[in-house]
Amino acid sequence: MHELSITRNIVAIVDEAARGRRVCRVMLQIGKLSGVMPDAVLFCFDIVAQGTALHGARLDIEEIEARARCDTCGGESSLPHLGASCPCGSRRLTLIQGEELKIRTIELEEAA
Amino acid sequence: MCGTCGCQGKATATIVDLDGEHEHIHADGTRHRHWHGHHHDDHGGHLPHHHAHEHHDHEHRDHEHHHPRHTIEVSLEAQILAKNDAIAARNRAWFAGREILALNLVSSPGAGKTTLLERMVRDLGGKLPLSVIEGDQATTLDGERIRAAGARVVQLNTGTGCHLEAEMIGRALGELRPEIGSLLWIENVGNLVCPALFDLGEWAKVAILSVTEGEDKPLKYPHMFRAAKLMLLNKTDLLPYLRFDEARAVANVRAVNPDIAVIRVSAETGEGLALFYDLIYDWAASVRSGAARQLV
Repeated sequence: MHELSITRNIVAIVDEAARGRRVCRVMLQIGKLSGVMPDAVLFCFDIVAQGTALHGARLDIEEIEARARCDTCGGESSLPHLGASCPCGSRRLTLIQGEELKIRTIELEEAA
Repeated sequence: MCGTCGCQGKATATIVDLDGEHEHIHADGTRHRHWHGHHHDDHGGHLPHHHAHEHHDHEHRDHEHHHPRHTIEVSLEAQILAKNDAIAARNRAWFAGREILALNLVSSPGAGKTTLLERMVRDLGGKLPLSVIEGDQATTLDGERIRAAGARVVQLNTGTGCHLEAEMIGRALGELRPEIGSLLWIENVGNLVCPALFDLGEWAKVAILSVTEGEDKPLKYPHMFRAAKLMLLNKTDLLPYLRFDEARAVANVRAVNPDIAVIRVSAETGEGLALFYDLIYDWAASVRSGAARQLV
């Protein structure tokens, strides 16, 4: 369950960025080949957020499909899983997206 | 704690309705409603989103109030593992400056990490200074085995944690103080999933696949085998007793990592270890020449 550790990182980064303001929403990008399960992050989020500026915040996760460029033919293709090959048959692929682990935006409550 | 979502609080009742929505009524009368596993496509062509909560559903029994919420959106664009990666980069620079070859040894539990290290301490101890950072959830048993074999060792216990992080290595280095030009092994927690994500500042990851585990492990746990520079196929002395297809195991690991080196070894009989040690000496030499280049 490295997602617990990942979620602690998310909460720590956002809590610091919020500088005391309440956080209403957090928007993440998680690549499908990042090795992190969105559902497990969601599971951990409520617990980890307690006692922080993120308590009660909504967590949205955008999953990013994996795409790779083939080192042999130069073509780009989607990569459903690690170990998949290029349509040309080559397995020498450079991932161009799909490993994202990123906090994109946060929504903060404005001071009254 | 709610068994469905992990939501804490003293829920006095849980009402579950259809569509994956459920509601908690807490002791103080606060209602809490959640949706789970809810996908939709109304975000202008975005990929499916997951939502943890819909928070406009909080109700307060004793003092009904609605406050319109004014919010501002702030762009963060922050890497979630940035802190770990920054500490890992610091560790890596510390190793490079001291010409230390740091290797992160990963495998599933029981693949033979500690036995291999014990053997290596005895085989290389006199020729190459070697120390070990031992990672386990609990006990100092492995650390004691390494010390008994004759190497300096620091034991890290992660408690409930399933992997080592860069900050733990930074602290362990303060204790261990490995000598200049030495070989440092970081024995990660036995786990083929989580340690793949956490850079410790190592020069390379070395993965062990033991022949008792089956040929398909690299396909089942591709992240780890993709991140490794070398796979040791361990316990080859047991091959006569097993139906293990070596060629398939190698084909499987190359499917996820075409450039990975593979060496068959037995920590028990010593088979293949000379080849492995030659590779370590090569790596140590490139670490030294790398440090020399940095000085110019």
